[in-house]
Amino acid sequence: MATRDLLLEIGVEEIPDWMIVDGLSHLSAKVGELVAQLGGKVTMAEATPRRLVIQVSGLAEREEDREESISGPPQQSNSKAVEGFAKKNGIRVDQLELVETAKGTYYSYRKQVSGKAAVEILSDGLAGLILGIPWPKTMLWPGKGGARFIRPIRWLLCLLGEEVVPFTINGITSSNETGGHRQLGKHRVPVTIGSYEQTLRDNYVILRAGERREKIAAGLPVGVKADAALLETLTYITEFPTPIVGEFAEDYLTLPEEVLVTVMRFHQKYFSVNDGAGKLAAKFVAVMNTASDPDGLVKHGNERVLRARFNDARFFYNVDQQKPLAARLEDLKSVTFQAQLGSYHAKTLRVMELTKELGGDEVALRAAELSKTDLTCEMVKEFTELQGIVGGLYAKAQGESEGVATAIYDQYKPVSMEDSIPRSKAGQLMSLADKVDTLRGCFSIGLVPTGSKDPFALRRAAQGVIKILAEGELRIGLKQLAGGVAKLDEFLIERVKYYCNEIRGYAFDEVMAVLAAGADDLQDVLARLEAVKTVRASEDFEPLAASFKRMKNILDQAKFAPAGGVDSTLFEDPSELALWNAFQEVVARVKGASYAEILAGMATLRPAVDLFFEKVLVNAPDLSVRANRLTLLISLKTEFSGIAEFSEIVPKTQETHTS
Amino acid sequence: MKTYQEMIFRLKQYWAERGCIITEPYDVEVGAGTMCPETFLRVLGPDEYRVAYVQPSRRPADGRYGENPNRLYKHSQLQVILKPTPVDVLEQYLGSLEAIGIDLKKHDIKFEEDNWESPTLGAWGIGWQVMLDGMEITQFTYFQQCGGVDLDLVPAEITYGLERLCAFLQDKESVYDILWTDAFNYGQVRLKEEQQFSVYNFEMADVATLWKLFELHEGECQRLIDLYKGLETGKERFPVLPTYDQVLKCSNLFNLLDARGAISVTERVGVIGRVRKLAVGVAGIWVDQQFTVREVAA
Repeated sequence: MATRDLLLEIGVEEIPDWMIVDGLSHLSAKVGELVAQLGGKVTMAEATPRRLVIQVSGLAEREEDREESISGPPQQSNSKAVEGFAKKNGIRVDQLELVETAKGTYYSYRKQVSGKAAVEILSDGLAGLILGIPWPKTMLWPGKGGARFIRPIRWLLCLLGEEVVPFTINGITSSNETGGHRQLGKHRVPVTIGSYEQTLRDNYVILRAGERREKIAAGLPVGVKADAALLETLTYITEFPTPIVGEFAEDYLTLPEEVLVTVMRFHQKYFSVNDGAGKLAAKFVAVMNTASDPDGLVKHGNERVLRARFNDARFFYNVDQQKPLAARLEDLKSVTFQAQLGSYHAKTLRVMELTKELGGDEVALRAAELSKTDLTCEMVKEFTELQGIVGGLYAKAQGESEGVATAIYDQYKPVSMEDSIPRSKAGQLMSLADKVDTLRGCFSIGLVPTGSKDPFALRRAAQGVIKILAEGELRIGLKQLAGGVAKLDEFLIERVKYYCNEIRGYAFDEVMAVLAAGADDLQDVLARLEAVKTVRASEDFEPLAASFKRMKNILDQAKFAPAGGVDSTLFEDPSELALWNAFQEVVARVKGASYAEILAGMATLRPAVDLFFEKVLVNAPDLSVRANRLTLLISLKTEFSGIAEFSEIVPKTQETHTS
Repeated sequence: MKTYQEMIFRLKQYWAERGCIITEPYDVEVGAGTMCPETFLRVLGPDEYRVAYVQPSRRPADGRYGENPNRLYKHSQLQVILKPTPVDVLEQYLGSLEAIGIDLKKHDIKFEEDNWESPTLGAWGIGWQVMLDGMEITQFTYFQQCGGVDLDLVPAEITYGLERLCAFLQDKESVYDILWTDAFNYGQVRLKEEQQFSVYNFEMADVATLWKLFELHEGECQRLIDLYKGLETGKERFPVLPTYDQVLKCSNLFNLLDARGAISVTERVGVIGRVRKLAVGVAGIWVDQQFTVREVAA
């Protein structure tokens, strides 16, 4: 059967680069669903800031005809109902048939449905699909009652073979026209599916993101610092990218490299360049959204802008040096940390106190004292993303020790789960104290993150705490860190679960088991997890864990408090004594051993436990026998559940615990 | 393109040719052209409107005693409001750059996401900063809400930073070197003003007086808003515009107090909230009045 291709291009005013890929992939999936009924497949999904493009091949002219079975009243219904059903479907009663079903015999109408034409399906479906793209932030245009989209749609190109698929969005009607590059191309130009991509190219639009990316990469000189995120941004902020190299005066290189790079990277979207020795070179690469810079105007303009930015930075640097960090502590009194939690000065005092309490030395303490003073510096006011880093650079320039400077520099680390933790112990402790202070403070005044709302980035702070504890190998208990602030310990525990499960890869039930046993120090948590994970591989472990669950249920139900020790004279069945002896033997053997050894020892008890439960009814009629059995179980459970609460372990054969 | 004033003439001419009313600056101090009634109030309601005006924008905290080549206490914006937005608005905008002598084929232009929000005015919009060879020259915003009210017709607001645009055209490193005319540069016209206002704003403004003024204007504004709300009849002749002027006074006084370092950060949120309450109040009665006028006419 003859098929046709489909080309859809949504012409939009510049879409923010970071939203394009997700928006396009949503559109592609939805168009894919729509054309599947016609046998079509999406063969291309591409985008530039000004267009989302989908191409489909193999579309049938129409859907296949099909039969639909419409179920009517049961056979025993009165004739009125049956006539009514036939009438509703526009047929006579004798055209109905009786169909046997599990529920009885029913009248039924076998309806012949002729398939819709492809053009009709597309025409009806596309506008809704396009407007259904879930953009992060949409706008209304041209006003109330209009459509919502990421930016106004300015043209719609939609061809099925050579035919325009007609539909309209907000007064824009589909056509066979595309739009060229804003400055270099034709405003509107007619295309066919075959000529489309070449026509765009002739009009200075490179449709494929991959090709734009390569064009940028190919134009980068030797020494450019690899920056995949920047490359991606530039790929989606241009339709015809062309890199150009600019220069700046060497004497700006006396400014801290972090500052120069931040200005170039984050404020100007430039690549920075290293010289042969790995030092920052007095060069940058800007990526234009145009074909060339014939008169050097673009280069000149970019150099001019960068010079002004660097001059600002130099001005800030010099002004800032007039008052050393140490003299700025008082100024923090007028910088609010949070309305109810006071100034950064107050926070600094708390962080110093806490740093000391956590075992920080003189270096950590000095770093804590100066940590927030850079907030009063002009450089940080201008480049807020450099807070901490500027403090570290200034501290060093002002003669603080290397240790103090490094700790200040690293204080906001880790900024993500991928980021590294502060390099030094002093930095780790100070950073920990800072984050914990923020958490305690916010939780104590009810600023607790809910759902997606977390304006103080407390999740990130807590995640940072856990990561520092784990990877800095700090032996500090979570309860101590929570400091008795309501809900904070739970919050930290949640982050521990996330960390152990998602980052370290321990099974969720193992994490739950270890935490339920009351492990509080993250190093200890990790040691227990490793032990549980190791022992879990043995075949005795999971059945034994199941037995522990049974013990827990029995004990929970009995609400039993042991009056004394186990009395072996009250044993009635040999399995009781066997278990008791085996238990005592293991306890003696693993005394002082590692978690793994203790758990391995415990696993050897499985036959004895199994036999016990097989032979013995714990809730014996004789109360003293019953009490003795319960005491035995408690002894067992107490001895081993201190490491992990085995009742939390979900056997692998069962469904896995979901978080 | 030769001079600063010629650039302004040409931009005004360009937008006049596209149906804009050209008005003179609003004569009450504002922090941005957006705050003028010609923008803030006109974008509300269902009436079409097109206007362009140069507005001096005062930001006391940005003053640098005339010593920084790029920062000014008072800079000038060309504010264009197109309501509703024409479908070729971006083409029209690019045409305005050509009108002042920028050969678009020889420059790099990018529209980078930059949404605008003014909590003080209960207003926000979606848009871009327009980058010309790496320099931001224009803020482009599709207004969505003003004074907490959804807009009937989404207008385009185009705000040109005139000094930096001219510095670009004339290739000057300092705004003070811009040629205002062939005979006078920007510094000769404005430097003294930058110096003296920096001294006043940062050092000499009397804090107690500023607070007193703030409270007087706030009181007057709230009195008028309450008065309007109590009206049964005669709403159509109520002085909403003078009420709005009181908001602008408060906003400017807030900025002055802020530059003076008189508002602690703890107070800050609260004071912004007070100005916002007034702005939202006036926006509400402005919309209400427009409906009332329509009903009376009908």
